[in-house]
Amino acid sequence: MIYRSFIPREVLAQLDRLQRELQPAERSSSIRGAAQGSFPPINIGSTPSAVELYAFAPGIDPATLDVQIERGVLTLSGERKSDLPSADQKATVHIGERFSGRFRRVVTLPDDIDAGAVSARYRDGLLHVSVPRRVAEQPRKIEIL
Amino acid sequence: MTQATPNTATAREDDVLIPAVDVIEDPQGILLIADLPGVPKEQLNIQVDGDLLTLEGAIALPVPQGITSIHAEIEAPRFRRAFTLSRELDAERVEAELRHGVLRLRIPKKAHAQPRRIEVQID
Repeated sequence: MIYRSFIPREVLAQLDRLQRELQPAERSSSIRGAAQGSFPPINIGSTPSAVELYAFAPGIDPATLDVQIERGVLTLSGERKSDLPSADQKATVHIGERFSGRFRRVVTLPDDIDAGAVSARYRDGLLHVSVPRRVAEQPRKIEIL
Repeated sequence: MTQATPNTATAREDDVLIPAVDVIEDPQGILLIADLPGVPKEQLNIQVDGDLLTLEGAIALPVPQGITSIHAEIEAPRFRRAFTLSRELDAERVEAELRHGVLRLRIPKKAHAQPRRIEVQID
């Protein structure tokens, strides 16, 4: 792998990332696009009572994670430090694919959410944000007197 | 609260994600860092078979009942990746630590493979 050192590491990391993204075929697209390959990857699910968001964000101090909901838009931001050694250390980087740096993801939430009752939990590098929906008006039977 | 695959609608058993890794070598050995978000310790399996090191981990999502997926960027339920070790690495003394979904695997070099300064004789 003697040629490796002639290509900037970032370029190789990008190619690796691209390769990994190309693996699964079918993807849904979103208006905020460019979702694939962004850090952290996000899955969103819906139940009648809540919207569940899962951000796969390993290796982050939960205190530095910033989750905000404003006008139905959820913003997740933070920073992940690089684990790669600095140039002056006696170490060789053979593979450097892991994301480092600042990140920011923006996701639109459905209209009927209750932003006041959001809960967020970080465990095993997985951020789970649960946003309850407002209790919908229940259909009522109107009595005829 | 049940365990389920990230996307129950489309995920298949044989779908795997390839975790992003950093591999750093210093004179004492190799440090392998792998991103395994959502994989709890109990679901992580690190195996050395001959010179093949395999990492495997299943994602445990706290998914409520009756959930339907509306957007999915992680579409497989598990991570898997394998590496070929070289002879001078000591697979018997691998140390692993999993924290916040990041696995740090330290593979030391065998004692005789650690660097020695070689005196250059000048005649």
